[in-house]
Parts: sequence; C-alpha cells; structure tokens
Amino acid sequence: MRRLWLGSALIAISLTATAQTKAPEIAYDSTPNLLKMPEHLYLGEAAGVATNSKGNIFVYTRTGSTNSTMGGSRTFTHGGARLFEFTQNGAYIREIGQGLYGFDFAHTVRIDPKDNIWVVDEGSNMIIKFSPEGRVLMTMGRKPESITVGSPEAPAGGRGGPGRAGAGAPGDNFNRPTDVAWDAQGNIFVSDGYGNSRIAKFDKNGRYLKSWGSRGSGPSQFNIVHGIAVDAAGNVYAADRENHRIQVFDNDGNFKTQYTNVGRTMTICISQGPHQYLYSSNSNGAGDLDNGEIYRMELDGTILGQFGHAGKLLKEFGVAHEIDCHNPNEVFVGELTNWRVQKITLRP
Amino acid sequence: MYLGEAIGVAVNSKGHVFVYTRSQATRLFEFDQNGTYLREIGEGLYGFVFAHAVRIDPQDNIWAVDEGANMVIKFDPQGRVVMLLGRRPESVEGLPSTPPNNTPVPPAQKYIFNRPTDVAWDAAGNIFISDGYGNSRVVKYDKNGRYITEVGSKGSGPGQFNLPHSIAADAKGNIYVADRTNRRIQVFDNDLTFKAQYDQVGAPWALCITSGAHPYLYSSNSNPDNNNSEIGAVTGEIYKMELDGTILGKFGHAGKQLGEFSTVHEMDCRGGENQLLVSEITAWRVQKLTLHPGNANGAAK
Repeated sequence: MRRLWLGSALIAISLTATAQTKAPEIAYDSTPNLLKMPEHLYLGEAAGVATNSKGNIFVYTRTGSTNSTMGGSRTFTHGGARLFEFTQNGAYIREIGQGLYGFDFAHTVRIDPKDNIWVVDEGSNMIIKFSPEGRVLMTMGRKPESITVGSPEAPAGGRGGPGRAGAGAPGDNFNRPTDVAWDAQGNIFVSDGYGNSRIAKFDKNGRYLKSWGSRGSGPSQFNIVHGIAVDAAGNVYAADRENHRIQVFDNDGNFKTQYTNVGRTMTICISQGPHQYLYSSNSNGAGDLDNGEIYRMELDGTILGQFGHAGKLLKEFGVAHEIDCHNPNEVFVGELTNWRVQKITLRP
Repeated sequence: MYLGEAIGVAVNSKGHVFVYTRSQATRLFEFDQNGTYLREIGEGLYGFVFAHAVRIDPQDNIWAVDEGANMVIKFDPQGRVVMLLGRRPESVEGLPSTPPNNTPVPPAQKYIFNRPTDVAWDAAGNIFISDGYGNSRVVKYDKNGRYITEVGSKGSGPGQFNLPHSIAADAKGNIYVADRTNRRIQVFDNDLTFKAQYDQVGAPWALCITSGAHPYLYSSNSNPDNNNSEIGAVTGEIYKMELDGTILGKFGHAGKQLGEFSTVHEMDCRGGENQLLVSEITAWRVQKLTLHPGNANGAAK
C-alpha cells in the first residue's frame, strides 16, 4: 500500500515537470507604427531584428523575390533579402548590402559588442560580418554556386534538402544556419541549423575550433537548432526548437542542463548588464494562432513571467522569429507573418 | 508603363479605380475616376507574386488576393500594409516542381491558403475568403483575422466546390460563391450553412453585388482563356440577377472589340445598379460599362 502511494506520487511529479507552466503575466506596451518606411519601400517577413549600442534598429527581411536564371547549364539564384537600419525612434536611415551576393533568404541579424553587424542567411548558407559603417569585414560559409532543381536531396552544406543527420563537416560549410553569438573573447558560435544539427565554434578570426551535436532528442542532440545566445560567463544556450527545449552548454560544448517548460523555442536572447535575463519565445506556427507567449527567465531556467500571445493586432505576435534584448525591459520582436517589428516595453 | 493581364479591378468610395495586374512583376495601380494614373501601391512587395483579385472594403481599405503568394494583403487607404492572411511559401526550399496531375492536395490549415481567389466582408467586418484552386473551401475570419469557421471540400454536392473563383456578401451577410467548374453559384448564410444554388448562368468566373436599397447580383459566364472559338461563340455574357437567383437579363459576348469581353476575371459594381467595371485576362484592359435596361444594347466607354 505504501509502495503504491509512492508510485503515484512519482507519476504526479513527472507530469508537473513536463506540463506547460502558466507563468505570471508581465504587463507590457508596444510602440504603434514603430518603423517608418520611406515611400515605395516595404518590409516583408521581419525574420531578423537587432539593436546596436546607440539603440539603432537593424531589420533583416525576406522581401522581393529570388531571381532564378532560365536557360544556362545550371540554375542560379540571387536576391530575396534586404537589410535596413533605423534610428531608435524608427526613422529610416539606410539600406546595407544592397544586392549582396549572400542575401538570399533572411534568417537573423545580430550586433556584436563593437557594433559590427552580423547577418545569418539561411538560403546562401552564409554568415556575413559588416563593420558598423556597413562594409563587409568577414564571411563564413559559401553560397552554393547553383541550386539543383527537381531533386529533394542535397548534400550537407548544400541547399534545398534535409541534409545529413549529424554534425556536418569540420568547418564552416553550413547547411541552412540559423543564428550567431559570441563570448567575451570574441569566439563565434553558430547554430547550424535546419540541414546540419550542430553548434560550431570558431575563434574571433573565423578559424574553426570545434563543433558538437547530431540529429536526435538526447543531450547534445538537436532537432532544428534555431537560435543561440551566450552569457557573460561564456555558457552557450541553444534553442532546440522541435525538441521544445533550451539546452545549456559550457564554453567547450559540454552539456550542462536543459529547460523543457517554455514550449517551442523559436528564438532566445540574453540581456546585458550585471543581472542577465534569458528570453525565449514559444512562437505560433504559420498555420495557426496558438501559443505565442514570450518567457522571461533567470539564466538558471527559473521562469519569472511571460507576456503576449499569437495574433495580428498590436501587442500580439505572428510567428516571432527573432528577439533582441539589449536592455532587459525593452524587447524587440521580429515577426514573420505580420511583416513588422514591435518594440515591447515591459513593466514587470 | 503598361498593364499586363488585368486580373483584378475594384473601385473605392471616391470612384478611384484599382487594378491588380500580372505584369513583369505583379503590380497594383490606382487611377482616379476618369482613368488618370495616380500611383503604384506595394512596389516590390513580398506578397505580390501572381495577381488574382483586388477588392475595396467600406472603409476604403485595399485588399489584394495573390494566388502565387497564397496571401491576402490588406492595405489602408494610404497604401500601408495593415494586415496579412496566409503565408508565402519559403523560397529556401528551392524551386518547386510542378506536381503531376491527380496529386492529392495536402490538408488545409486554418491560416494557410492554397491558391486563394477572392475576398468579401459582411457588415460586421468578418472576412470571407474563397480558397481556391488548391483547396476547395470558403473560410470565415473575424475582422482581426482570427479563424472562425469554414465550409467545403472538393466535389459537386451542396457545400462542395470545384474551383470557388469569386465571392460576394449581401447586406444581410449571406455569402455567394462562384463555384466555377461546377457551373453554379452557391449561397450560404453567415455561418456558412448551405442555402441555395443558381445553376442557369453558365460558369461563374466573377461575381459582384450592388449596394443600395435594392441590391442586384451580377455574374459573368466568361469565355475560357483557352481561346477556343467554338466555346467562345456561346460564352462571355454577363447576367444581372435578383439576389434570389431570378435572371433579369444578360449582355455582352466574347470578343476583342470595345463592349466585347476577353475572359472577364473580376467585376466591381459599387458604382451603382447599372455601372460595372470589368477586368479582362486576355485583352489586358479594364472596361467601364453603363447599362441601359430597356434598350437592346448596353454601351461601353
């Protein structure tokens, strides 16, 4: 009798651990019509958003159409993504990288501590580092020369297919990479991604150091590693989206822990300052308007609160795809299906 | 600057004419009531892939239905994007190959369209979308774009569709669907429950309902765009009907001259009981029609 009682208590505990916990609601506002576009210029899907030290807003958007050649011995593709810079009040400043060879299918943009602009392009399989002035300083990965039409299979590092399950080749031949982050020494961490299932670490000069991960659901395995962030101590946080968890690694890629109670982890970000917070979005899918809340957490995984839900109105989110959180109470959200960026002011 | 296939046409409360055209890119133009060019809206827009229809709601918002992007895009009267329904397929998957005939259509999702065709609203602002070439359904959303219900599957029974190509709502909120390949108009109540069907007007490509105290339903039995002259000889007319399906008269026939029609694709009749704008696929133009009921012939301007 006593043993039976213990058994049901264990079941109850494990149910609590996997169920979605309803965290306290954080009050928040969203600035209406944040970004002011010039005449005849439109945002498309706001896949990437980031802010620099001055508060300027960078948006990496899927817009226009990718051009494919007809005729020729192979099919070549160009275009489909653009990078815009705005002031902190949303006034348009400029376009960066107009017509760039690596701009095919926007995924994320991040600003490093020196205000360099890093773009992650899922279509060209490239990560491109721009100086604050907008000059290309470093490239990682290589855009495939052409795409294969009619074949669903593509090699690792190629485009258009699921790729090999595994860690990919030792180097920067990405297969649909998703995000980039840095530690205090400037080491570069890339989540890679849809095709490969790994995190790759490079030194600040882009020299390959190591990578870890394979496809699966165990520790250090990934099922679409979709976002990445590094804390001040150099720990690496990975949004393991389809496994519905955040995995935490030390600076060398050793698995430390995982957080499994924040839904489908589309994008994560860690704020700056002496007390760092971790934000994670349980984004809705494009075919539904379910969930959509963003969690505010301690770095140890303790959930402090949540805000928002899926929808098309102001303060609602349509597939939040990247969040930026330089200041802990000012969160920028780039949305896929609402084609906009929201500036969220939290009042915790 | 040139029009391509004049796929969509609509008029706002000021009489301005909007044309959604398949040009080198799909483009949306605005003209004044006399046809003078005013501006382009949505240049290079991510959702402009292959034009299908444009409609203007009672608040003069501009709605574009794009069959290629699988999207319905709402612009405010100034031309800013204010709401989006559906999502363009991701290009990162590479060039899609054309599926072989009889490939099963994947199950429809609440917020994903498969070649949608048209949009309409009831007095409460609820949104009705005919969807379309791939899916065989009509979907109802609230004014904020939240899914409410849908009706339809592929077939020829009541509430089934074989290419729902155009849609209109009357003042009471009843929904009229041009079930093109089934050669009938189906009528539903506001909850999308089947009420009636009208099957004496050929293949309905385009529908519109006039505003005013006594509304009328127009339906075009457009000549097919396959340029078959034998079929073209017996199609192309537009019917004027009571909302209950009673046919009051018809006018027009297929042809390339003024007053003739080259595959009418969308009609707007907000201008009044006897004022129609029609866009034509194969003539690359929009015609403004004034009907003279009681005379034998209408006249085109």
